[in-house]
Amino acid sequence: MKLRALLSVAWGALVRNRVRSMLTMLGVIIGVAAVVITVSIGAGARESIAAQINGIGSNLVIVIPGNVTLNGVRTGTGAASTLTPDDGLAIAKLPHVAAASPAVSIHAQVVAGGDNWSTNVAGVAPTFTYIREWSLSSGSFFTDADVAATAKVCVLGQTVVDNLFPDTSPLGKTVLIRNVPFNVIGVLAARGQSAAGQDQDDTIVIPYTSAMERLTGNEFVNAIAVSADDVSSIVPVENEITPLLEQRHRIVGSEQDDFSVRSLQDIANAAAATTAVMEYLLAGVAAVSLLVGGIGIMNIMLVSVTERTREIGLRIAVGARAAAILEQFLIEAVVLSTAGGAIGIAVGILGAGAISAFGRWPMVVPPEAIALAFAFSALTGVFFGYYPALKAAHLNPIDALRFE
Amino acid sequence: MIPVVRLEQLRKTYAMGDQEVVALDGIDFTVQPAEFVAVTGASGSGKSTLLHMIGLLDRPTSGRYFFEGEDVSLLDADTLADLRSRRLGFVFQSYNLLPRTTALENVELPMIYAGVSEPERRRRALAALDVVGVADMAEHGSNEMSGGQQQRVAIARALVNDPGLILADEPTGALDTKSSQDIMDVFARLNRERAMTILLVTHEPDVARRARRIVTFRDGRIVSDEPVGSGPISAAVPL
Repeated sequence: MKLRALLSVAWGALVRNRVRSMLTMLGVIIGVAAVVITVSIGAGARESIAAQINGIGSNLVIVIPGNVTLNGVRTGTGAASTLTPDDGLAIAKLPHVAAASPAVSIHAQVVAGGDNWSTNVAGVAPTFTYIREWSLSSGSFFTDADVAATAKVCVLGQTVVDNLFPDTSPLGKTVLIRNVPFNVIGVLAARGQSAAGQDQDDTIVIPYTSAMERLTGNEFVNAIAVSADDVSSIVPVENEITPLLEQRHRIVGSEQDDFSVRSLQDIANAAAATTAVMEYLLAGVAAVSLLVGGIGIMNIMLVSVTERTREIGLRIAVGARAAAILEQFLIEAVVLSTAGGAIGIAVGILGAGAISAFGRWPMVVPPEAIALAFAFSALTGVFFGYYPALKAAHLNPIDALRFE
Repeated sequence: MIPVVRLEQLRKTYAMGDQEVVALDGIDFTVQPAEFVAVTGASGSGKSTLLHMIGLLDRPTSGRYFFEGEDVSLLDADTLADLRSRRLGFVFQSYNLLPRTTALENVELPMIYAGVSEPERRRRALAALDVVGVADMAEHGSNEMSGGQQQRVAIARALVNDPGLILADEPTGALDTKSSQDIMDVFARLNRERAMTILLVTHEPDVARRARRIVTFRDGRIVSDEPVGSGPISAAVPL
């Protein structure tokens, strides 16, 4: 029997019992909707986390100094003065490293004209804009030549501009940082709060050489920001930096490293674990619903086989092979479950939209989620429709024809 | 001439609890092409079992059955299904038309399993409905038809694959006298004009007398087998 004919026979049987078919499909609808919602919540959450992390910097790996123990007093991580700009240059030459920038960070009171403002001053390399994926809203960034010349130039964050130059353009103006005059050559694009809630725009960026020579007066940096050339090379880069710096700092054997290497992957992993719990929960709901839905389908198919015993007997008498009867009832079960699946996908997309609006993260419904849900619903039909179909196919035609 | 049906010492027994019930007790029976045979007997005499055996719906316990010259006792289920589809036509007491299905679709059903193409199915189904005189009911559902009309559709369904044998199980059992006569007219005409071989099971003597040969069963055995019209049915044969 042709598939198209089988499908139309099956569809006809389901449409004749509209209410019953709908109730039967309910379990599958809920199950499939749960599958779609699960996958889109996962994808949406991942995308939202990725967006936050990319805001911090692309494929960022940070090297910070280790802790020091002095007379039995252990200071916190980052307190030691061990990292130098040369470490940064060495790291920049590693494979899979797109860029590296030393970072000197101080807190300073800055003065411009009659106004003053307390802000964070960061001494960095020109690769800063690339590593932090941060563009300028006006002016230009300093260059390697400025770094080499320990130039007294600075680029302001938007919050600093708002506080020191509320009415005029800061370009070409002078800002005093710890009484050292710096010429404003650019303004960073406004970026708002970081994931941790800090105002990222409350900063002044200057060449790291200038910061070291003119402000801190020492030859150490607070951190080295490294950008891996791809997400997949974050871990290899981390693994390469450690031996390089151990060698450069002459750390041998079991001696404690005087630096540590961290990536945002750790933060991402923690966030992913949280969404995974939610995904497991919904996947559990989906599995139970599909199971219950499948049992519902089996139940209704058994009723249907009993109701249509005479029809089955007649079909056998006029020459239907057992396989043809099996096929007919199996297809009916699959049509039932995939129709439920289609409705479930629609409900799932609506549900995912509602949840993403509520949770304020991007709505992502991956096509493979829809394919997966549809495949699950079809499988449910095949699995739970098989027994009733087999029962129909093996009816004794004589008994079936006499059945009242 | 190869007989349509040839039974040799055909035996069928059923287990009823620990008792063995003999439904057919070593039957020798032959139906030639173009015959119109009525099988009669009291209920439980074995006539329905015989119809199921001949219709390839049931298997004998022992003995041999040749259908159109082929020993079908050992064929597998799918081959039997194909034989039913192509070489046999069934007519039942309760019509057994599919519900919410038009007359045309009902008649097309056996051709679907015989693998006939769709336009050909439609053409042949309409022709078969025309033969039994209900062509005008082609698009009507079974709920819109009288019993007699439904049974005509069922006969059209039985003859549409041009079978070697039509088996009818109490075809007039659910009909009034007038409709019964009409249906028997259809069978008689199919036999006379189209040389259709027909085997009909009935317990009504009036119906049996419309056939050309009457076989009477009792306790799983044939107790009489005589042509109609050669004389009155022997009074010695109880019906």
